[in-house]
Amino acid sequence: MAILELKDVSICYMTGDFKDIGLKEYVMRRIKGNYRVKEFWADRDISFALEKGDMLGIIGTNGAGKSTLLKAISGIMEPTKGWVHREGTIAALLELGSGFDGDLTVKENAYLRGAMLGYTREFMNETYEQIIEFSELREFEDRPFKQLSSGMKSRLAFAIASLVNPDILILDEVLSVGDGAFKKKSEAKMKEIISGGATTILVSHSLSQIREMCSKILWLDKGRQIEFGSDVQGICDRYQDFLEKKK
Amino acid sequence: MQIIEKLKKHQFLFEELVKRDFKKKYKRTVLGMAWSVLSPLLTLLVMSLVFTQFFGRNMAHYTTYLFCGNLVFSYFNEATSQGMTSLTGNSGIFSKVNVPKYLFLFSKNVQTLINFGLTLIVFFIFCIFDHITFTWRFILLLYPIALLVLFNVGVGLILSAWFVFFKDIQYLWSVFTQLLMYMSAIFYTIDGYSQTVQNIFLLNPVYLFIRYFRKIVIEATIPTPDFHLLMLADVAIVLGLGCWMYKKYNHRFLYYV
Repeated sequence: MAILELKDVSICYMTGDFKDIGLKEYVMRRIKGNYRVKEFWADRDISFALEKGDMLGIIGTNGAGKSTLLKAISGIMEPTKGWVHREGTIAALLELGSGFDGDLTVKENAYLRGAMLGYTREFMNETYEQIIEFSELREFEDRPFKQLSSGMKSRLAFAIASLVNPDILILDEVLSVGDGAFKKKSEAKMKEIISGGATTILVSHSLSQIREMCSKILWLDKGRQIEFGSDVQGICDRYQDFLEKKK
Repeated sequence: MQIIEKLKKHQFLFEELVKRDFKKKYKRTVLGMAWSVLSPLLTLLVMSLVFTQFFGRNMAHYTTYLFCGNLVFSYFNEATSQGMTSLTGNSGIFSKVNVPKYLFLFSKNVQTLINFGLTLIVFFIFCIFDHITFTWRFILLLYPIALLVLFNVGVGLILSAWFVFFKDIQYLWSVFTQLLMYMSAIFYTIDGYSQTVQNIFLLNPVYLFIRYFRKIVIEATIPTPDFHLLMLADVAIVLGLGCWMYKKYNHRFLYYV
């Protein structure tokens, strides 16, 4: 039984100049008949299935539709066509740095983020010490968040996120954060989570990381599925060739 | 039922959002909280100074009359115009995490409701000073208050959804509320108008809330059952429309942020 299955998933964004026109302009254009929305297919007919414990690496150049696909998998977006079937809980760690509030303190932000990730208050009370310890932000606990450096912010984000214990884990370029020492620590932590048996989906631009860790590969290009399979080295080799030819 | 279940599941997040909005609003200062009570009082002071000469000469409890209007209208104004930006303001969150989007609006509404509650206390204290007799009928004020909360949520749902699509709604809404303010008989009475015109005022839901307050507080009478039903219908329509919009556009909001 597949823990995650996607069947012909296509996602269509609307583009064009509809975004920033106001209501007045919209009405005018509708009357004149020159209101146009272009369709942009970020993903087309993606199908794959993952078993429990699989580690999927998604590769592809910028704009290949990786992030959009992750949003569909995590349920933030609905596929325009096709369907996604998930078994169990899912945690998506996308772009960790954003979504914090600059006016709140580190502690308040930690709780808010924990709540967003679906933790309970009891869980946060129990693990808060651990989070502060891990992120090495003890002395900044009661400072407003905007006073922190971006490295510190991602350290906190990582420390909170790394407490997840989902059936499906989605990682978008968040394997490791921070400077040298913390980078090592966070990498080790991440590997610990992955080895905990969660089915993991990883998006990374580091091919060597993907080669080393993943058991399956999905290669996307311009929204289309080029290859999917467990021949990790083979697909990565072909992807590398593809990248070199592009240059 | 589904909504209640969802709320339970996201209770922690909701509490944290309310806390966040509350802290941001008052900036952790006592003065911040006092200000939100003081500001409607100052408006009231100015209005009563200016208008008592024109409209309040032959009217008992004119300042309380004004206060009723201000109380309801400023809550409506605050809840809707702040609710409007609640979705867009939290786009950084809901584009990364799968959470019910109405939570952001609800949390803003809780915060404005607290504000309203504070002003309401001041209102009752003021009533004592204005020698208003408190009757058992005051309990009935819970009816318009509960409906007003729901009404504001409904308008907030509609506006916040629209605001995602059309950013100029903000300006249009502020013009609209300005007009609505003049049409809600806050500082004048409609007794002088013909019956037809008076009936037209009943089309304005905000006026209905204000009227209810005045009936109970100043006239010590209970509005007719029809009046109750009319309010209920207004709220049901607005709230229904808001829920429908969220249901329909739930997954399309993402394309616009």
